Amino acid sequence: MSRKIPQEQYEKTRSYRLKQWLDGSKDLYLGEVEMKPQKPYEETHKQRKKREKEKARAVERVYDTERNAEIRIFRKIYRVFSILFCVFLVLMLLIAVSYLPTIGSADKPANNEVSARYIESGLQETGAVNIVTGMILDYRAFDTLGESHVLFVATCTVLILLRRDEKKRKDGEPAEEEQDFLYEPKDDVILQTVAKILVPPIVIFGIYVILCGHLGPGGGFSGGAIIGAGLILYLNAFGFEKTERFFRASTYKKLSFTALACYTFSKCYSFYTGANHIESVIPLGTPGAILSSGLILVLNICVGVVVAGTMYTFYAMFRKGGY
Amino acid sequence: MQVFTYILLGFLVICAVSVSLSKNLLNSVLIFMSYSLIMSIIWILLESPDLAITEAAVGAGITSLLFFLTLKKIHAMIKTDKREEKEEEEEKDEQKDSTGTV
Repeated sequence: MSRKIPQEQYEKTRSYRLKQWLDGSKDLYLGEVEMKPQKPYEETHKQRKKREKEKARAVERVYDTERNAEIRIFRKIYRVFSILFCVFLVLMLLIAVSYLPTIGSADKPANNEVSARYIESGLQETGAVNIVTGMILDYRAFDTLGESHVLFVATCTVLILLRRDEKKRKDGEPAEEEQDFLYEPKDDVILQTVAKILVPPIVIFGIYVILCGHLGPGGGFSGGAIIGAGLILYLNAFGFEKTERFFRASTYKKLSFTALACYTFSKCYSFYTGANHIESVIPLGTPGAILSSGLILVLNICVGVVVAGTMYTFYAMFRKGGY
Repeated sequence: MQVFTYILLGFLVICAVSVSLSKNLLNSVLIFMSYSLIMSIIWILLESPDLAITEAAVGAGITSLLFFLTLKKIHAMIKTDKREEKEEEEEKDEQKDSTGTV
């Protein structure tokens, strides 16, 4: 049985300090490092006038852009050379393109044993009717793993750059969203009606594209982007209060963590096998059925969830720096 | 069908050039959007519908949305009242300054 120690004693223990450090509730530099807030640089009108005057004088007397022959000649040569360089670049690229094999020709380098294997035995080995999805999420699932993590890292970067701390906002200053809505009508009837009609089909189409990624064109990425676009339309029409009922920052964190962890757990064996394939224990099922092709359906859903959340988060971050 | 492809490719080149040439930022975003749309049709003609769906959703949809949002944030879409007010304030300041020195 553990004893409960009093609060004062608890605050001296190492675990309490560790907890504080983890939560970020205590600023480690506070009281330890000498801190002096920097004064904002303010320029009086006299100083500004003086600076502008000096600059104008420098431009006029020292450089003398009007009558300086060197600068004029340089500018002409610069223009001519820039045009020449552009033409040269375009010509070079066009010549390079002319050496490419024509579309669908038999003897191009892409027609090697790899694509032959994909086309011939892709259906038996992956169970996916859509060869592209079979390639992306079965033969090359390791690449797609990195791809979805890149998306996650991109969201983290946007979050670091654009997140606005609500605590640091000054009292008189209106919230970012209110500032945003200053010059546009709230509760636009046309937009709301259109959104009411359009959002459900868009989201359902996105779900269809994700779920049928192994049967027809589509897949996790495109379906997720479609769902994200539908969510953004809904957000635009009804505002953050309505969307926060079902989609918050914590929802995004949980969803993307679950999806990425699911993906990583099902494909992380590639790190140990050196990106080699391991025979899957999951039955492939009949090709063409929706519950077929083993893990591909699950991975498609994972990628779709991550992409949809990422798109929505991008929009929310750009819009008001958090949600 | 071949002729249709060539027409679309011509549109693609025109769009790509006019994105960089148009002075209005909003116009260039709209042209960029139509570029993506034409590109997605070309992907269908090249028999890769997967790419076509992704191009239409990401290129024409979400990228342009983010561009619009950024333009709105930097007040490049419409000249808002705020900016006019600021300019007026600056003018007033200058007048004050000139009267002060005289």
